[in-house]
Amino acid sequence: MTGTRNATLFALALLAPALVYVLTIVAYPLFDTIVLSFTNASLKATYDFIGWANYQRIFTAGNFTEVIVRTFIWTFFSVSIKMIVGMSGAVLLNAAIPGQTVFRILTMPPWVVPMAIGIFMWGWMYNGQFGMISGLLQNFGVIAKPWPILAYGDSAFWATIVTDVWIGVPMVTIYFLAAMQSIPRDLYEAAWTDGAGRFYRFRRITLPMMVPAIITMSLLSLIATFNSFDIIWILTQGGPSNQTTTMIIDTYKTAIGSRKYGEGAARAVVISIFVTMFCIVYFRAIRKLQQGEAK
Amino acid sequence: MTDLARSGQAVAADAAAARPAGRTRAARAMIDRYRWYEVVGLYAGIALFLFFVLAPFIEGFLVSLKPLSQLFSTPYSFIPKNGSFDAYVTMWSSVPMLALYIFNSFFISTIVTLIVIAIVVPAAYAFARFNFAGAGLMLGGFLAVNMFSGAVLLIPLFRLMRTMGLLNTYWAMIVPGAAFLIPSAIWLLRTYMLRIPRELDEAAWVDGASRLYTLRRVILPLAMPGIVVVAIMTFIGAYAQQFIFALTFNSKSEFMPLPIGLFAFFGKQEVIWNELMAASFVGILPVMIVIVFLQRYLVAGLTAGAVKQ
Repeated sequence: MTGTRNATLFALALLAPALVYVLTIVAYPLFDTIVLSFTNASLKATYDFIGWANYQRIFTAGNFTEVIVRTFIWTFFSVSIKMIVGMSGAVLLNAAIPGQTVFRILTMPPWVVPMAIGIFMWGWMYNGQFGMISGLLQNFGVIAKPWPILAYGDSAFWATIVTDVWIGVPMVTIYFLAAMQSIPRDLYEAAWTDGAGRFYRFRRITLPMMVPAIITMSLLSLIATFNSFDIIWILTQGGPSNQTTTMIIDTYKTAIGSRKYGEGAARAVVISIFVTMFCIVYFRAIRKLQQGEAK
Repeated sequence: MTDLARSGQAVAADAAAARPAGRTRAARAMIDRYRWYEVVGLYAGIALFLFFVLAPFIEGFLVSLKPLSQLFSTPYSFIPKNGSFDAYVTMWSSVPMLALYIFNSFFISTIVTLIVIAIVVPAAYAFARFNFAGAGLMLGGFLAVNMFSGAVLLIPLFRLMRTMGLLNTYWAMIVPGAAFLIPSAIWLLRTYMLRIPRELDEAAWVDGASRLYTLRRVILPLAMPGIVVVAIMTFIGAYAQQFIFALTFNSKSEFMPLPIGLFAFFGKQEVIWNELMAASFVGILPVMIVIVFLQRYLVAGLTAGAVKQ
């Protein structure tokens, strides 16, 4: 029933709605972004093509390179911490102790509630005068006076990372937990019979068996984190003095804030180039992992 | 339990059957036995982990109980003094459209889910059953769409929404919202449909059923559990990620979903934090309750979607 011309036509008919929808709402805008990036489009009704001028401007004037570097640092720390916290969470939730199911359910809220609402709550926690973090640190005598976390560049930078980690951790934890549970038990039993301790078993069985899951999740998380917008926008809007401005925030400010559509599009194209590179790495990695599995 | 976990256990069980039963049983029991200090360590670790995950909710809940005068007083006290549920009553007048925001959030997510399911079921079937030219490439293309966030495409999307006359309507949030959820839904459902034995459609084919009839009467019922998982994942995706499109493409408060409706209040000079936290809690309560019942599906969706098949 496959391979005939008729079957192909039928398959394409089934695919048509999805194809048309995604081409209109994602592919066309992507194409339009590239076109716009060569124009001086703004709020005005008409615009002209101005060649590479937007690209020249963003790379010579202003702090675009700084923003790129900052985005990579922000993403790197966020993804690494997510992986470490997620792995620790998975190990803890994998332990055969009473309460397991409840603990697993309690891990999920940050992922299922509207991200923005969780971020509002973080915003309050970071408040220097009345928030929980500054408040508790003062109560315990760690700091002497209120600490407005989002008001200083350095602490705001880390605060946005912590919130991003918070949003990503449930997914990473549950994914790692499932991968951990799919490791055959008899490996552990054999190792146990041979006298291997818990930590040794983790290092020599769990970690190596989870390499595919770790690679897949890091890359997926890398792409999601690189595109992260809501957290920084709600907490700091890229401030103080641009210390938390990542590429997405920078593009949003240029395009929607200042209405420089053309220049904003050029910035968006640069983001898209990075995302495309990550995609290629991701697809390659997936193919490699599948081949490894088939052997 | 996930399928993965189940298959893992099956492998272990097979291996166990092949070996002397006594030793294995002993090993299995001993592996899950912890010394007292290990148990203490595990619970302490879990407590720390869950504290990180739940801290904003704990703080938010406590804030909602505190009177404003106590909120804005120093020194900080974690536990509310003479706390009350007053904010849960007064919030309805401070945030007059709260009920509408909550409704909008659910309404938008529901419509998005319906659209995605209607589009994705035939597409996933096509990918799962037909080897047409370019299938792999197309599937890869759909996956790549997943990697671009709406934030990058905001300018042309804004222009597109304006051209289509959708700005400041529910559709301005529904249409782009659904587009970015279609790829992962196709991917997930295809994985599920690949597990349905091909012999079933072939039998229907031999009996003279048309392709459409086979899809409707053979594949759809069998794929139902998978469709449910995809629907739940899509709903959660549409519900949890409502922000940027609603922020940029809609300015009418009667169409605002909960996060944006509340966000408007956070910008105001006098933020009534206790009432806003109370409103947030009431807004997310339905989902919190629902996940307790649906957690199995969520786990299944999360793992099947990301695990390479």
